[in-house]
Amino acid sequence: MARQISFADAINEAIKETMRNDENVILLGEDVAGGADLDHLGDEDAWGGVMGVTKGLVQEFGRDRILDTPIAEAGYVGAAVSAAATGMRPIAELMFNDFIGSCLDEVMNQGAKLRYMFGGHAKIPLVIRTMHGAGFRAAAQHSQTLYGMFTAIPGVKVVVPSTPADAKGLLISAIEDDDMVVFFEDKTLYNVKGEVPEGHYTIPIGKADIKRAGDDLTIVAIGKQVNTALAAAEQLAQKGIEAEVVDPRSLSPLDENTILKSVQKTSRLVIVDEANPRCNAATDISALVADKGFDYLDAPIKMVTAPHSPVPFSPALEDLYLPTPEKILAVVSELIDDESVVTI
Amino acid sequence: MRVSEVQQEALTAEKAKWMYQKMVEIRRFEDQVHETFSTGTIPGFVHLYAGEEAVAVGVCSHLDDKDYITSTHRGHGHCIAKGCDLKGMMAEIYGKATGLCKGKGGSMHIADVSKGMLGANGIVGGGFPLATGAGLSAKLRKTGGVAVCFFGDGANNHGTFHEGINQAAIWNLPVIFVAENNGYGESTPFEYASSCKSIADRAAGYNIPGETVDGKDTMAVYEAAQRAVERARNGEGPSLIECVTYRNYGHFEGDAQTYKTSEEREQHLNELDAIIRFREYLLSNNHASEDDLHSIDENVREAVADAVEFAEKSPMPEADQLTTDVYVNYKPGGEE
Repeated sequence: MARQISFADAINEAIKETMRNDENVILLGEDVAGGADLDHLGDEDAWGGVMGVTKGLVQEFGRDRILDTPIAEAGYVGAAVSAAATGMRPIAELMFNDFIGSCLDEVMNQGAKLRYMFGGHAKIPLVIRTMHGAGFRAAAQHSQTLYGMFTAIPGVKVVVPSTPADAKGLLISAIEDDDMVVFFEDKTLYNVKGEVPEGHYTIPIGKADIKRAGDDLTIVAIGKQVNTALAAAEQLAQKGIEAEVVDPRSLSPLDENTILKSVQKTSRLVIVDEANPRCNAATDISALVADKGFDYLDAPIKMVTAPHSPVPFSPALEDLYLPTPEKILAVVSELIDDESVVTI
Repeated sequence: MRVSEVQQEALTAEKAKWMYQKMVEIRRFEDQVHETFSTGTIPGFVHLYAGEEAVAVGVCSHLDDKDYITSTHRGHGHCIAKGCDLKGMMAEIYGKATGLCKGKGGSMHIADVSKGMLGANGIVGGGFPLATGAGLSAKLRKTGGVAVCFFGDGANNHGTFHEGINQAAIWNLPVIFVAENNGYGESTPFEYASSCKSIADRAAGYNIPGETVDGKDTMAVYEAAQRAVERARNGEGPSLIECVTYRNYGHFEGDAQTYKTSEEREQHLNELDAIIRFREYLLSNNHASEDDLHSIDENVREAVADAVEFAEKSPMPEADQLTTDVYVNYKPGGEE
């Protein structure tokens, strides 16, 4: 059996591969090593990131390249922007995407716009790795899914991997990319294992992946919701309904062709996005298909998203907040004239 | 070590004349933009640097192209002092295709990264983290360069002031934070908005040297900057210099400046004026003759007139420029 490693380890390997190849790659963020300047730790890390994703990097690359920062997101994200503009290739870790409120200016007004405002006379090869997603009992300020915000900003690329192999190949691409990339890591995926190639490989940013082929309907799902969609597809298959599951993998740029071709084949579309329901990736993809694929459709486009509320703390409520296979099946039953779908 | 203990290097006549020329270029350029703006030829809005020349020039006279500066919405003076081309700057302010940023940035975003000028910046307080990052980059790449963050008294109350300076201090980065305290953040007095006697006092909170100088005394700025830049180059970390200065025009063009008194304006435009004072300094120290300075004045007048002519005759950007330079590489519909 091929090598299986976790989503977290795949990310760790991607950083390691690129740091070995290019000394201008540095990692900075809160507790990315942890325990800075403590004699008894030396070059050992205390944490290796709050979730341990960057564990061990400081031992190999040293504290000049694995930089623990103060808890001051504007300070270090802004520093990463200009380090990128002046010849470095930084990876800034924004521990939770919810903390963007503390450094949105540095991302939106500086990093995303310098190249354009300077007439193309600068490039910003910066990756902002950030954790997102509900289901971790982390409540309203540590559980959001905010990739829609960044997708709306010109000058930013947005990547949302769903598997360990995609995470590694896409992160290497992101670090080697000459533009600013915000890289979303779902915190509930870190321990998920999958087959991951050894060594250096890239997956192009802007190329969707068909995670399951099918002819009867298309489910476009983002991040960990790919797994929710695959679970729903398995149940549908038992009823003889074959769903195609499309994972865009990046939201900016968005692989429009793969989505449109799939809808052309299946004539039905469900989009699963755990962001809040307004102005999110689902509405964006829905608009794309309504505009460029209207004639392919035999039924209305359906979306399965979180409700228009903050992420609740109580497990009883948070479980209601997230998309589930059952919620997907419920909307599929509206698209396919087969009452048995809902009773699966 | 205190900043004042660093050895001083004497100013040469050649350097002194260069500094005078840059100060006159800034003044003439800004007076010209002021005049032209009133005719409606320049789109948008502009914030003029006239009156504060001693700060940009006193500091940038210690820098070269490997050194970085971050600037503010009032950035024309920093651009000129850091060596940006006057024609390219003027064309940028006119929104022309020949501008330093192809007309896509305008007055508030003029930049020339090849000169180490990391852009004027429309966001108050935007420069602190950027200068810190440029200093980090210079340190890690071992270029020997430093980064200077010019900021106004308004920005000294912004959260990024704290985050940027603290980070530069803990990492011992080669960064010089230069406050241009012109007395007013937009129309609001410094004393009202800042709970400190001086911006320099705040340096103590970061364990870095801080000093206040007369920002209209070119040599006072020059000497303070020399100490701070040498300190940064020697790996001794960041410093903060507060330059007390005055802007001759309003916050933006069109500002009626009712918050200023006519007495203070009169005094700043005449007896306290930095160029008048530096001119006297050069003459009395035999760094330049009246003829030298006169010919600099004339050359600058001509250079600014040429810049205006260049800007006026330059074409507007073509329509296809609307969506270029957003990314290095981006396929809007995804990969094939």
